[in-house]
Amino acid sequence: MSDLALKQERPARAFRLSRLKPSGEMRLILCLALFVGLLSIAPLGRLVYAAFFTDGTLDLDRIAHVLGGRRVLQATGNTIWISLTSTLLASLIGTLAALLVGMTDMKARTAWVFGFVLPLMIPPQVTALAWVQSFSPASPLLAPLGLTLEPGMRHPLYSSWGIILLLGLYNAPLVFLSVRASLRRVPANLLEAAQSAGAKPLPVIIDIILPLVRSGIFAGAALAFVSSIGNFGIQAMLGIPARVPTLITMIYQRLNSYGPSALNDMALLALLLAVLTIIGMTITGWLGRQGDQRVDGASLTLRLTLGRWHLPVATMAWGYLAAVLVLPLSALAGSALVRGYGQPLNLDTITFENFRNALFQHEGIREAFATSFLLTGLTVFILIPVSIALGYFLVWRSGLLSRLLHLASELAYALPGIIIGVAMILFFLRPLPFIDVSIYGTIWVIFAAYLSNYLALALRPILGGFAQVDRSLNEAAQIAGAGILSRLRDIVLPVLAPSAAAAAILVFMTAINEIQTSVLLVSSRAQTIGPMIIFLEEAGSSTLAAAVGCLMVLLILTLMLVSLCFSKYLPKGVLPWRD
Amino acid sequence: MSAIEIAGIHKSFGQTKVLRDISLSIRSGEFVAVLGPSGCGKTTLLRTLAGFEKLDGGEIHVDGRLLSGKEVHLSPEERNIGVVFQNYALWPHMSIEQNVSYSLKVKGMSRPDRTRRTREVLELVGLDTLSTRRPADLSGGQRQRVALARCLAMQAGVVLLDEPLANLDVHLRATLEEEFSRFHRRSGATMFYITHDQSEALALADRVAVMDKGRIAQFATPSTLYLEPTNEMVAGFIGEGKLMDVSNLTPGNDGRAHAHLFGQPIRLRCAEDARARSEARISFHPSDLSLADAGVGIPATVKRITYRGDHLRAEVAPDPAPDISLTLNVMPPFCIEQGQHVSIALNDGWVLPDPHFA
Repeated sequence: MSDLALKQERPARAFRLSRLKPSGEMRLILCLALFVGLLSIAPLGRLVYAAFFTDGTLDLDRIAHVLGGRRVLQATGNTIWISLTSTLLASLIGTLAALLVGMTDMKARTAWVFGFVLPLMIPPQVTALAWVQSFSPASPLLAPLGLTLEPGMRHPLYSSWGIILLLGLYNAPLVFLSVRASLRRVPANLLEAAQSAGAKPLPVIIDIILPLVRSGIFAGAALAFVSSIGNFGIQAMLGIPARVPTLITMIYQRLNSYGPSALNDMALLALLLAVLTIIGMTITGWLGRQGDQRVDGASLTLRLTLGRWHLPVATMAWGYLAAVLVLPLSALAGSALVRGYGQPLNLDTITFENFRNALFQHEGIREAFATSFLLTGLTVFILIPVSIALGYFLVWRSGLLSRLLHLASELAYALPGIIIGVAMILFFLRPLPFIDVSIYGTIWVIFAAYLSNYLALALRPILGGFAQVDRSLNEAAQIAGAGILSRLRDIVLPVLAPSAAAAAILVFMTAINEIQTSVLLVSSRAQTIGPMIIFLEEAGSSTLAAAVGCLMVLLILTLMLVSLCFSKYLPKGVLPWRD
Repeated sequence: MSAIEIAGIHKSFGQTKVLRDISLSIRSGEFVAVLGPSGCGKTTLLRTLAGFEKLDGGEIHVDGRLLSGKEVHLSPEERNIGVVFQNYALWPHMSIEQNVSYSLKVKGMSRPDRTRRTREVLELVGLDTLSTRRPADLSGGQRQRVALARCLAMQAGVVLLDEPLANLDVHLRATLEEEFSRFHRRSGATMFYITHDQSEALALADRVAVMDKGRIAQFATPSTLYLEPTNEMVAGFIGEGKLMDVSNLTPGNDGRAHAHLFGQPIRLRCAEDARARSEARISFHPSDLSLADAGVGIPATVKRITYRGDHLRAEVAPDPAPDISLTLNVMPPFCIEQGQHVSIALNDGWVLPDPHFA
């Protein structure tokens, strides 16, 4: 007995020794650590270093000079108030829409939700271009009303209020999705109790529903804030002509004008932007947790009848969609169908030349489409297996390392894409060690940025899928003698196929048209389709830009509709455009 | 066929000690059930055997091979120990045949050998006609047979079963219990069966280990557990056991003893080395009590009667100690009613070993 007791005194150290022997699982998590470390942690670390240190020395004067500059202060102020105000607008619209869809017996709900969420899927630079075009003479809606702009008139959207309006409309679906998810968790009997206590529909919503979905509203507002502050497409398309500088457009313009010599200063600005983003997320997160009510119980959707309000509410709801969807998109199509900007659209001026140019004549556009397809496809191809492996460690193996990798991937996703862009330039500017080849200026640096940026996006539906799967399926395969890679391939991947498919769709749709990550990384040798619109618009080819925008919207619509056809095989609640 | 040697193992999750100094010697080919209330650590014990959990102390050997111990932890895939999971854990995307043959495939067995062996195993469990079906198309009993076939195919010397009948209805259970016995005879594997249901454990196992709060309370054959529990936990847990204090215990030399219960002399069983003492604790079961002729046994009052079909279950309070409730079964013809004054006799009882001398 005493012999046994002695033996048991030192187990802790013994186990640490045995853990050093690399098992299959350990080798895999080390590979994952290398992947995330090289693509997310190291570039962001390099960015922080470059922000503070120039040539290895900490130059506080330079830092104070850059951050204290009048233009930088102005851009910081603009960034903060534009993001906050547009977040407020998005929260208001999104919450109202969620209450309408989730609480009333509104008709044709599925179609309305599809239309309401659609703007979120359209690339922001296309949205901005479409809104700019909606006041052009080619707009099929406003032109017949005579509401077009005369040459020389200042465009009303070229202002900070224009940016706020478009950012608010663009991000409203984010708040909508978050609040609707919260609404679905509210048990119906709480509302029935309020109704039987004599509360009318409006007091029910104000006194019962809103407090209960409060955390959903704030979570959505946090998403809207992060999305607003990092939305390059709208800020650049409207802010640059309007001369309303924000941090994100300032980084872009200065890097374009001064090149890599401005990198250290831009790293500092990128860090400032990152800090603002994180502060915004933290504050909204904290506000959301204050007085958060946890409710349990069967959630059975209770719908308030609109009754005589049906017609006015439906008119408002569909009118909103007409204003934010049909008006700009029809103008975009109108502009794409005329030969030159400013021409009215009629039977004499209509032409498909822009589309022909975009698809067949203009080599740059064709190559950009091809590059975007190639990079997006490769990104999906790499990220799905990586997310499945990382998800395995996160859900079924608790460990500090995997949680650290998760945090790093979430950070790389939440931070504005332009920050990843600056980090990638800094990290890959010099030739790679050992092989002495520089990938800077090639499509591969964009590829690296995609892998870093979208890992968390691919991981989310897959983590959701893991939570549904009984871990004994994996353990049974261990019992059968299968190693980690065989198990992931033979058991986990097939069982998680629906979640993996949903993740692939989300990553593909997001990466195919993205602009903010690649706008700094594109070069004459490497173009993606996202920034193409900005370059065409800057070069004065508005009608060609509109045609490219139309093609991008068509591509997105096609992908969304195709994914809807397969939606019954996909996990519920992963595709945001499906009610 | 493999012998399992568990020596002084410990396991904690954070501050909670889940396994405390557990030692079990299991003979090759034996059917052992681990029985205990939920939260007693029996599933953790199974998971340490399978290799899903590392030990904090102690060793596990199977057939002399060290599986878990100081600086040694063979992963589950290296152990060749079969597990039948509570929900069977059949892979939903594979056919029955693929489920059964997967372990052979990862071992690198050639396709013809694999097919042949899988067919043999499926014939053995009577599923050869269903080999192309998916698990979702099978009944509960068929799923269990697939899970067993998986263990047969991998020729596991040890098969661990984690409450495999817990989620099934009573009628199916009886059939499936029979299935386990047949599987045990056919494979000759050492079986380690986790359950919280004592009728299952007592019916199936050669020996039962009763677990309580991370320790083994007693490891013995079912009849020993029922008739000769070594401590109060086992005595109270098995077969609706009841504990009572007796006075003036005087053991004989033949494992028999005399004592007094409420002043009445009774005859008891005891361990051969039991000593005479003034106070002792005994255990007995409802079937050990019966109604006696008036004036012979202990006077009592009937508190409650429950009709159980072939018998009546009566709760009675002995008049010398009305707070105590005793349960006894009354066989027909029923001539008893609530509030009636009766006389009861204790026909058998077991003297628990004195904890101070253990």
